[in-house]
Amino acid sequence: MTAATPPKGRGPLARREARLAWGLLLPTLTAVMLVVILPLLAIFWISVKPVELSDLRAPAPVANEQMRGRPAEAGDEASWRFRLRNSSPEALITGVTLRDVVPDGFEIAELDPRCTIEGEILACDLGDFEGGARETIEIPGIVTQAYFDNDVDVDATEPALTGDADFVLTNFEFTWENFALLFDSRDFWTVIGATLFYTVFGTIGALVVGLFAALLLNREFRGQGLMRGFYLFPYVAPVIAVAFSWVILFDPFSGSVNALLVQMGVSDSAINFFGERPLALIMVTVFEIWRYFPLSFLFILARMQSIDTDMYEAADMDGASPFQKFRYLSLPQLMGILSVLFLLRFIWTFNKFDDIFLLTGGNAGTRTLTVNVYEQAFALSNIGAGAAVAVVIMLALLCFSWLFFRFMSQEEGL
Amino acid sequence: MAGLRQGRVIGPQIAVLWAYVIALSVSVLLSFTTGAAFRPGVIGALLIGVAVGLAAVQGLRGWALAGLAVALAIALGFTPVGVIRFGDGTGAGLKLLAGGLFGLSLGLPLSWMMAGCPAGALTRHEFEEAEIRFLTGFGYIFFTAIVAIPFYVMVMTSLKSQGELIANPLDFTIDLSQGWGLFRSYVELFRDFNFGSYLWTSFYVSVLTVLITLAFSIPGAYAIARLKFRGQKPMSRSILLIYMVPMIVLALPIYIAFSMLGLRNSILGIVMIYPVTTIPVSLYMLQGYFRGLPAEIEEAGLMDGLSRLKVIWKITLPLSLPALASVSLYVFMIAWNEFLLAFMLLDDPSRFTLTRGVAMLNSSEVPRQHLMAGAVIATVPVMALFLGLEKFMTRGLTAGSVKG
Repeated sequence: MTAATPPKGRGPLARREARLAWGLLLPTLTAVMLVVILPLLAIFWISVKPVELSDLRAPAPVANEQMRGRPAEAGDEASWRFRLRNSSPEALITGVTLRDVVPDGFEIAELDPRCTIEGEILACDLGDFEGGARETIEIPGIVTQAYFDNDVDVDATEPALTGDADFVLTNFEFTWENFALLFDSRDFWTVIGATLFYTVFGTIGALVVGLFAALLLNREFRGQGLMRGFYLFPYVAPVIAVAFSWVILFDPFSGSVNALLVQMGVSDSAINFFGERPLALIMVTVFEIWRYFPLSFLFILARMQSIDTDMYEAADMDGASPFQKFRYLSLPQLMGILSVLFLLRFIWTFNKFDDIFLLTGGNAGTRTLTVNVYEQAFALSNIGAGAAVAVVIMLALLCFSWLFFRFMSQEEGL
Repeated sequence: MAGLRQGRVIGPQIAVLWAYVIALSVSVLLSFTTGAAFRPGVIGALLIGVAVGLAAVQGLRGWALAGLAVALAIALGFTPVGVIRFGDGTGAGLKLLAGGLFGLSLGLPLSWMMAGCPAGALTRHEFEEAEIRFLTGFGYIFFTAIVAIPFYVMVMTSLKSQGELIANPLDFTIDLSQGWGLFRSYVELFRDFNFGSYLWTSFYVSVLTVLITLAFSIPGAYAIARLKFRGQKPMSRSILLIYMVPMIVLALPIYIAFSMLGLRNSILGIVMIYPVTTIPVSLYMLQGYFRGLPAEIEEAGLMDGLSRLKVIWKITLPLSLPALASVSLYVFMIAWNEFLLAFMLLDDPSRFTLTRGVAMLNSSEVPRQHLMAGAVIATVPVMALFLGLEKFMTRGLTAGSVKG
């Protein structure tokens, strides 16, 4: 008789559970793979490619088909003509071929030497097209009654064109020029400086203001819930609405804030808040603080309300003053959530694009790295350079995430 | 230091600061509502603050203190050292209103701040309590002002005309005699700028995003939270990692891919891409919630012969309806407010979402009241939803650790 032993390894039940788990995860994983992992790999690929916005369409031969000669009745002469060109002004297309159905009731008189007839199909072998090349194929012939009977329209059948072109996104031509351009440009360090300023002060500001707001609402009174909802407005409203409100509020010509400042005697003339260095950078940072303090406030408040009140009662017995209670009891309890929030907010502020883009468009010294991606790729039409900036962002984020997970393992909570 | 910690020093000190804060707030408030010119006066604030502060520590509290402050403020209002100074030609009615408003907002909160403060030496407790109450009062005014002003300006600007706005940027009074004419910017947006269709597009895109997100993330979150498999730990961590990829970095290759596939300018493309930005958030929120559900209930279901999928459908989902509501709201909000992808991928005005439509209004040819009316149209639905379901929303936000 053998002694009963607990089963070793993974039994069939465990295997079935794992299979089910992967099955449930599969759709999500596929979606994430397609839209996150693939684009990330693509960014690295594009960053070493000399690709501009106009290169995104692969070079291809384009044809325009016409029946010339205005045949009016059976027996008239006509000419079936294709005009072809290379869609790209520079790239070479090799082995261009054209195939099309011969129109009903059109009798070919003389065939172009490059073309052959295979049954009902005209097939032409046109060789290579230089960049910007144009070609014409003219096939004279005679129309018969069938042409009119069937009311033939040559456009009804599209000519099929093929050709091999070197597409810049898929070929193996690489360059370091995007990165060279990026690091050599005088702007680069300004961009890094603006990013750091925006990220550091935006994050700390939102945390401090959020902490203050949480302290305000960490008491029982009627309408506390309403107040909390109200203070969340900046975060919940669409960024586009609040950003434009700010732009209009601080407008140098007809903004209320400028009018108010002049009226109160703080300033003699209107201030261009979003158009001057370094004021614009400070303003976008203030906007960031304004928009995201609700988030920190919500988290800090939730943590505060879960702190045990016994501790405060004990402190009261010991005669601790309100500031001492905050400094020596609340703050240490909040340190965990504050540091997690700091890291998360730091990364998200670093990633922020819409706010600055809408407020200043990256002008007046507010161009951060993320805005620079857009600026390079779309404003300057250099997709490759934009991708290079994106790679720099990714590398920075990799460092941040590493830090984040080191801290995360120490701080429970989130 | 201890010598300064006297009621008769601290009281006036707090009162002066509070008087200036109130004077500034009342000036801004009245400027914004009446369009007339108001400014706070430093000397007036100093005079009134010292007087009212001393009165407060001598034991004058409540309405008596407020009455004193009102009387002083109105009296000073007719001298050159008023605590609120008026532009030329301000009527006596407005001066009385300003004085009264100032006096009440000075006296009543001050008597609360100074509660229990004697005129003589203060203990550390009394001193800090008074300071904290002052800071609390200041905090309420400060936060209410910074949150309310941009929204107030947004709504009021949308009801005015370009000419009026440039003539006096502070004048937000609206002419109620126009009746429905007040809303002409909104009417024009819906009639000439196709906003009705943008509203509808945004709505169904957001709803579809919610549905697709839930369809993908419920099974995924359940698997991560409940089932044991190799790679469970790294998987639950990498969800957070996806959070950290900036949208603009993804938007560039997505733009290229969509250009080549012909998916740009199509709602299909938008509906394909939005859920992927929200799946990680929702996955994270839901798996946290599923973990918190007692496993025993599900095990009982398994014992009774339900399959895992049946357990999810019949036990887990009904139990997590509140969490599903939070997640849906949150995802709806993200999709409704999304701007970057809509801006990059949509060029055809007949297929815009609402945020893209508002971005289109930001040009020098479109008057700004139209831009603000567009902003209001984009804000109101999400605000209404948020206020109506605030509990779910805040719970969802805190549970999900949130996306910026």
